[in-house]
Amino acid sequence: MLKKLIRHRALPGFGLSMGYTVVYLSLIILIPLAVLFLKASTLSFTEFWRTVTDERVVASYKLTLWTSFFAAFINLVFGTLIAWVLVLYDFWGKRLADAIVDLPFALPTAIAGIALTTIYAPNGWIGKYFAAMGIKIAYTPLGIMIALTFIGLPFVVRSVQPVLQDLDTRYEEAAATLGANSMQIFFKIIFPAIFPAMMTGFALAFARALGEYGSVVFISGNMPMKTEIIPLLIITKLEQFNYGGAAAIAVVMLLFSFILLFLINVWQWKTAKKQQMI
Amino acid sequence: MNELVLEVKFVSMKKWLLIGVALGFLGLFIVIPLLAVFSEALKKGIQLYFAAFNDADALSAIKLTLVTAAISVPINTVFGIVAAWAIAKFDFRGKNILITLIDIPFAVSPVIAGLVFVLLFGSQGLFGSFLAALDLKIVFAVPGIVLATIFVTFPFVVRELIPMMQEQGTEEEQAAMTLGANGWQMFFRVTLPNIKWGLLYGVILCIARAMGEFGAVSVVSGHIRGLTNTIPLHVEILYNEYNFQAAFAMASLLTMLALVTLGLKSLVEWKTKKYVNGG
Amino acid sequence: MRKIWMMMVSFTLLLGAAGCSAQTAGSKNSTKHTVELLNVSYDPTRELYEQFNKSFASYWEEKTGQKVTIKQSHGGSGAQSRAVIDGLEADVVTLALAYDIDAIAKTGKISSDWQKRLANNSSPYTSTIVFLVRKGNPKGIKDWDDLVKKGVSVITPNPKTSGGARWNFLAAWGYALKKNNGDEQKAKEFVTKLYHNVPVLDSGARGATTTFTEKGIGDVLIAWENEAYLAKKQLGNQFDIVYPSVSILAEPPVTFVDQIAKKHGTEKVAKAYLDYLYSPEGQEIAAQNYYRPRDKQIIEKYHSQFPDIHLFTIDELFGGWTKAQKTYFADGGIFDQIYKPK
Repeated sequence: MLKKLIRHRALPGFGLSMGYTVVYLSLIILIPLAVLFLKASTLSFTEFWRTVTDERVVASYKLTLWTSFFAAFINLVFGTLIAWVLVLYDFWGKRLADAIVDLPFALPTAIAGIALTTIYAPNGWIGKYFAAMGIKIAYTPLGIMIALTFIGLPFVVRSVQPVLQDLDTRYEEAAATLGANSMQIFFKIIFPAIFPAMMTGFALAFARALGEYGSVVFISGNMPMKTEIIPLLIITKLEQFNYGGAAAIAVVMLLFSFILLFLINVWQWKTAKKQQMI
Repeated sequence: MNELVLEVKFVSMKKWLLIGVALGFLGLFIVIPLLAVFSEALKKGIQLYFAAFNDADALSAIKLTLVTAAISVPINTVFGIVAAWAIAKFDFRGKNILITLIDIPFAVSPVIAGLVFVLLFGSQGLFGSFLAALDLKIVFAVPGIVLATIFVTFPFVVRELIPMMQEQGTEEEQAAMTLGANGWQMFFRVTLPNIKWGLLYGVILCIARAMGEFGAVSVVSGHIRGLTNTIPLHVEILYNEYNFQAAFAMASLLTMLALVTLGLKSLVEWKTKKYVNGG
Repeated sequence: MRKIWMMMVSFTLLLGAAGCSAQTAGSKNSTKHTVELLNVSYDPTRELYEQFNKSFASYWEEKTGQKVTIKQSHGGSGAQSRAVIDGLEADVVTLALAYDIDAIAKTGKISSDWQKRLANNSSPYTSTIVFLVRKGNPKGIKDWDDLVKKGVSVITPNPKTSGGARWNFLAAWGYALKKNNGDEQKAKEFVTKLYHNVPVLDSGARGATTTFTEKGIGDVLIAWENEAYLAKKQLGNQFDIVYPSVSILAEPPVTFVDQIAKKHGTEKVAKAYLDYLYSPEGQEIAAQNYYRPRDKQIIEKYHSQFPDIHLFTIDELFGGWTKAQKTYFADGGIFDQIYKPK
């Protein structure tokens, strides 16, 4: 342990890089976000509490949370599957499939929103078949979920993919020596190994979905109590020149995301450490 | 013998089933929206498609978007390398908090990201009167757009580099130091070549996001035509003018940028593989 | 070591500073030969001001020899007002409702008596709220009462985020009030019923029009008169306009921003710009873009386009925007109560 510390000290640039990181982080992230807290603190505590626990606001926390959760969950299942297919199998067009996974990162969210609404509206390419069955997609929570699934997809795939790649060779060896059937191998060896990565992807997709605005606002329909997402409520507050109220709701969302991301980072760090010890 | 054949058949069936489901999902969620953009853009023929770009406001939006990316991406790249160095190569207290703070822009709603800069630099904001006294404009001008873009693209490069540098450990750098290299030599000869493909990937994603950001930029831009409109904002304007075809044409431009970016990324990955296999 | 540290920090700061300084150049407008105006406006006026700006520029050059370029910014009325409050340097604002200009005036950027500075409450043109229905009016919609019928689907944007939607809301409310001899409770019931027929609340007026026209949702769109005409013109002749028996007189106000115009040295040209809106040429352009001109002769000329309907004003029924905003659209106000779960 001591040896490790000393060895680490031998590398140069810790003070420089750390100092720069902290200064830059403060300038770009911390100071701006601190202003948000400052603005929220212009409200008295009771005002703050009333704002963030208002019926409408609570309804939209719920909506934002459960649509984000399910979207992240869909991504967890299908994202892992896609990563699996991309790593383990060879097929025609694999490189292309691999490349387009990142599209939601690169495509502007507003464009994604407009395109998705065009497709899933009752007269859209896909929406019309569902409309014929009496199912509405655009302008319902289902539409919100589709938009959130779209923007979160790359997170899970890109988290799981490298781990699977690492496992690839080991998996073959294990299969050969143990003679175990594929189900056993999956649940005993592969799943535990990729689970942390899956969770990271899930958490990032979830966190990203919580804050999403551009793609959702077109497809959600914005009905109070039903399809109103949190960022829209923030805009509603601003429209009444109520900066304090907007900041209050923003602060709640921010704290929630921070805690979520922090727990994942700690948990990941711990599992990484465990693996190192083995 | 027979059993083996059966098993092989079963395995390959399962394989194709999985591939089918994966590709089906990608098709439904990614390819179809992509097709929708292009089909709307080309609805009225190729001529009108190109006409959409031949407009002073469109050109100025394209220019501003490129300028914004050209400023914000290098800044975040420098930061990304430096921060990843500190985080991946050293142990210190509070590392998790630091990483989480770096992740924050992923989760912050773009609307809030824009709002904080208005609260800081707007004329009612914290530094408002100070800036007014100096006659400096930040929000509703290019600097505000650049700042908001830096904010939302902040984590892309660092997040790409940290796992890569962590995995590589510190042995090679140690060796370089023992052989008498100074800090910069070590960095440019050992560290940078090791991370270059990951770095490029991070930069590429960062560029794509910088050009495509809508929510945050929309709040700080002021929407002045020909002056503070980026491509995504111009798309919204055209869409709101019932000029759907031109809106989707501009959108397809961004989509194409995204596709080119992703193509580059694949190239990068392919090279990495070759590099890894070769070394 | 320390040197490099300093270098990196100054690199970051320099880049920021470079961006800032680039912006300060050219904001002075005191030179005689060219002048620049920024008109911050709301969404539906794009076409109007595109035409008007050209006309004004040639008028001004002829009169004074000075070249004027007018920059436009469009967006939701409330968001635009906020941008001006937060530092968007508009010489002139032309917004959807007086409430949004009042909000700017509160910060001292505009003199508090702004509405009296120009004729007709500082509204050079007016509009009203009408219905856009599908060709041939298949649901037979004739008046507000038809909008609360079962099976009629109504499209209107969200009044919490859209200025136009607030006019729609108040028009419906005013109709119900007049019909029921001022019974507020009955009016509330009527409007509640109406909003229960609304399947989508878009965040802006243009979004609502797109939902109705492009996505094919709804049987009737409640819209500005000018928006209804424009949609009909731009999106093919698949729609009809229906005038209700009673509607609201919408008065979109205009004014110059004292503080900014003074800083830019554009007071004279900004005032002339607004006056030109009241001139016969300006009024003609307004009429061509489906805004009701104030000028008697010009409205006579476009009479077929602007049928007479009974119009009430916001002051007459609601006691002005500040009061209306607070009663109906603030958090916990009447609009919110409509959506309270029972």
